[in-house]
Amino acid sequence: MKILDGKVPPGPIAEKWENYKSTIPLVAPNNKRRLDVIVIGTGLAGASAAASFGELGYNVKCFSFHDSPRRAHSIAAQGGINAAKNYQNDGDSVHRLFYDTIKGGDYRSREGNVHRLAEVSTNIIDQCVAQGVPFAREYGGLLENRSFGGVQVSRTFYARGQTGQQLLLGAYQALSRQIGLGTVDMYNRHEMMDIVMVDGKARGIIARNLLTGKLERHSAHCVVMATGGYGNVYYLSTNAMLCNVSAAWRAVRQGAYMANPCFTQIHPTCIPVSGDYQSKLTLMSESLRNDGRVWVPKRKEDAEAIRQGKKSPNDLKEEDRDYYLERRYPAFGNLVPRDVASRAAKVACDEGFGVNPTGLAVYLDFAAAIQRYGLSEANTQGNKNPDAETIRILGEAKVEELYGNLFEMYEKITGDNPYKTPMMIYPAIHYTMGGLWVDYNLETNIPGLFALGECNFSDHGANRLGASALMQGLADGYFVIPYTIGTFLSNDIRTSRFSADSEAFMAAEKAVDDRLKGLMNIKGNQSVETFHRKLGHIMWNYCGMARNAEGLEKARTLIRALREEFYKDVFIPGTDNDFNPELEKAYRVSDFLEMGEIMILDAYNRNESCGGHFREEYQSEEGEAQRNDDAYTYVAAWEWKDTSTEPVMHKEELKFENVELKTRSYK
Amino acid sequence: MKLTLHVWRQKAANDPGTFEKHNVEADEHMSFLEMLDVLNQTLIEQKKEPIAFEHDCREGICGACSMMINGRPHGPLNGTTACQLHMRHFKDGDQIWIEPFRAKAFKVVRDLVVDRSSFDRIIQAGGFISVNTGQAVDGNTIPIEKERSSSSMDAAACIGCGACVAACPNGSAMLFTAAKAAHLGILPQGEVEEDRRVLSMVTQMDKEGFGRCSNTYACEAECPKEISVTNIARLNRAYLKASLRSDL
Ligand SMILES: Cc1cc2nc3c(=O)[nH]c(=O)nc-3n(C[C@H](O)[C@H](O)[C@H](O)COP(=O)(O)OP(=O)(O)OC[C@H]3O[C@@H](n4cnc5c(N)ncnc54)[C@H](O)[C@@H]3O)c2cc1C
Ligand code: SF4
Ligand code: FES
Repeated sequence: MKILDGKVPPGPIAEKWENYKSTIPLVAPNNKRRLDVIVIGTGLAGASAAASFGELGYNVKCFSFHDSPRRAHSIAAQGGINAAKNYQNDGDSVHRLFYDTIKGGDYRSREGNVHRLAEVSTNIIDQCVAQGVPFAREYGGLLENRSFGGVQVSRTFYARGQTGQQLLLGAYQALSRQIGLGTVDMYNRHEMMDIVMVDGKARGIIARNLLTGKLERHSAHCVVMATGGYGNVYYLSTNAMLCNVSAAWRAVRQGAYMANPCFTQIHPTCIPVSGDYQSKLTLMSESLRNDGRVWVPKRKEDAEAIRQGKKSPNDLKEEDRDYYLERRYPAFGNLVPRDVASRAAKVACDEGFGVNPTGLAVYLDFAAAIQRYGLSEANTQGNKNPDAETIRILGEAKVEELYGNLFEMYEKITGDNPYKTPMMIYPAIHYTMGGLWVDYNLETNIPGLFALGECNFSDHGANRLGASALMQGLADGYFVIPYTIGTFLSNDIRTSRFSADSEAFMAAEKAVDDRLKGLMNIKGNQSVETFHRKLGHIMWNYCGMARNAEGLEKARTLIRALREEFYKDVFIPGTDNDFNPELEKAYRVSDFLEMGEIMILDAYNRNESCGGHFREEYQSEEGEAQRNDDAYTYVAAWEWKDTSTEPVMHKEELKFENVELKTRSYK
Repeated sequence: MKLTLHVWRQKAANDPGTFEKHNVEADEHMSFLEMLDVLNQTLIEQKKEPIAFEHDCREGICGACSMMINGRPHGPLNGTTACQLHMRHFKDGDQIWIEPFRAKAFKVVRDLVVDRSSFDRIIQAGGFISVNTGQAVDGNTIPIEKERSSSSMDAAACIGCGACVAACPNGSAMLFTAAKAAHLGILPQGEVEEDRRVLSMVTQMDKEGFGRCSNTYACEAECPKEISVTNIARLNRAYLKASLRSDL
């Protein structure tokens, strides 16, 4: 086991970044032109990084497996992006955002990184406004904010329910501008298959042209990965269907460490599963908890009657409903953090209070909000004594203005009208806090290999607060990596371009080719999808919302057996030197089958409950998570060589100098 | 419910392609794409090539899914992408015809997958505001009227799916291009560059082989994000103004 150094610069927390930034070696403009940077991914993190590198004058090659940079999964983010602007004058500050993020992450993130994130958050909003992101505005023309879970200020900026789309379009447009100017070469429908190492440094990649199946060798002075999260290891998640861990996992196979892989986030408000054909789960944005009230029936008989269709939610009187979040957590109520809200829903359903036929759903109710908004709207219009119908109409109009597209999406999927009957929701896998281990410079333990956005582990500890992933992706891409990359590249200004025909590249290409041919040659009987679903079941049942040692041991055996079966019995139609989406799925699932095992190991190792990682053995009498700060205030960074070598855990100790470790309380 | 599908199969751009018939059993709660997943699973079990179609978010936001369903881009429901269409809108015994988006500027890749990279090149030509990272002023120094910001957002909601092109008898990309021009041009930040933006985007659009707009409004009717054709009128005005000015 090694002890890893996060390389956080010295000095008072609020000055670290500013001081450090001014000491990072610069690369002169004429030298930048001679330096090649590969960026993989065009989500918020990748597109913002590639665009910024291009603007600075680096020679950039950017890769995405999508047909266009604009389709990256970031496009789907709904609710918003945080920033410590304090435009609402409600007591927000950089320090408060820093503190909320550390606390929200259950004290398992690195102070230095999180403070920097909070600092640059304000620049992000400015940048996006300048790019033309149409954020929501108040009547006075100023930027509007809303609240998200786990905080008591309003610091979330949003563009209707399509914040991710608008931010990504901003970054995509900045990237497109650089492509037009010729500073960035864009390779769409190109999948990174492996990192190429030259003398222990990342100096290029092997990419597969997905349209032709041809392998390509691309060299560069360094490689920046922004390839997203691994939530789809669970098969069913809110992530876009094509999200996968392969890029990150290939880096791990080359020696990069995977940090805190068991820290996964379950989002409390998703549309429940409806059948076994289900391909993905749909998120209902957290912003809904600003106004929606979560409840289940107080009596089991009522829940039973509802499940059987004999009663409807509107039949239940106020006093027969259990608004369990408001009851258990009066200080934060419906706006407790995601991990807390998710577990509470699970408890309610496990105890028999679930409200859909499968018993795995709770209500999210807008009736009170419609009343409240309707009344206040009527009053503003000078109607001091409005009738019920007027209130309803005005209230629904306001709710539509706030959440219209989400309500519409819900109705499209379920066929129910949430203005009239409460939504049904259940937790689902949503985000992965774990990821490639990186230091303060966002560099992995492989020199010259950087990781940004959801694919690194850096800022969210054991639980991410809502609206903070977009913030992190753009912080990393616009405001951190353009500086910190200098720490590596300034040593390379005399290094000439690398040939992509060297032995290292040829060998890497051959290894990828062998792997693909190996998969094609299995010629078994089961589809890739079949294996992915089975993997998902194992992960959800044993390494999902609640975990315990016994289950995790069993899961490890199951996953190994499944992997073996995969390599014996998977069937992939078509050929490897052609457009072949099934082959793409196959190699992604083969990587998930290894990633899943490391998640299980990590969950097993961490004998505590913190954030999204809930070990049933470690809970208080009221069922709250119990951390073990003495033993586990560290980052677990896993080294994985191959399937026949036992993975090794390395540690980065977390030092808290600016916040006091406390039991997280939202009561 | 039992359905008969007629699915377009085409190996590559230069292959003539043909309809292939499949009988499927579907559940009313399934999404349209889940129905295709189930069919693909069966095909794979029979060691046949599954139907290639593009998809990713399955929430109507990424713009990946793209298919004609019974002659309409994204199918029968207005304001709905193919991935958000659910089988409860079909009935037992229905015949469903599924084809790729067809247009001169969208070459077929395989089956229902087409190449829409021409859209990217239109944006690269000018669909942006030229501001480098770090050059921005404080977000609140430019107040923007709520309505103005809101109409910019209406246009910005375009997901780049290409249904407008597929719906248009001329294969025109006017609605897509106009939506981007409006998103940026309506905002004060985007006004400065408007002339250059509209001229270069329209030039690129023509270069890509998209047809001329003859105001049939089929695009608006089929757009899953209900982008309004008023954006096209706006683009025409802006283009005219810009051409006059650039002639000076
Ligand atoms: C439904 C939903 C709603 C959300 N809402 C919010 C929200 O309101 N606020 C918030 O802060 N966060 C939200 N999140 C989380 C947030 O959207 C993501 O964490 C974030 O967008 C990830 O951005 P990214 O740039 O790291 O990666 P992504 O956007 O996932 O991009 C990954 C990129 O990498 C490319 N790629 C991956 N592997 C390879 C490879 N091998 N070769 C080539 N290219 C590759 C892909 O093509 C893609 O371009 C939401 C997430 C979901 C699922
Ligand atoms: S304008 Fe509408 S139909 Fe055309 S690309 Fe945009 S969203 Fe699709
Ligand atoms: S799959 Fe993303 S819009 Fe349909």
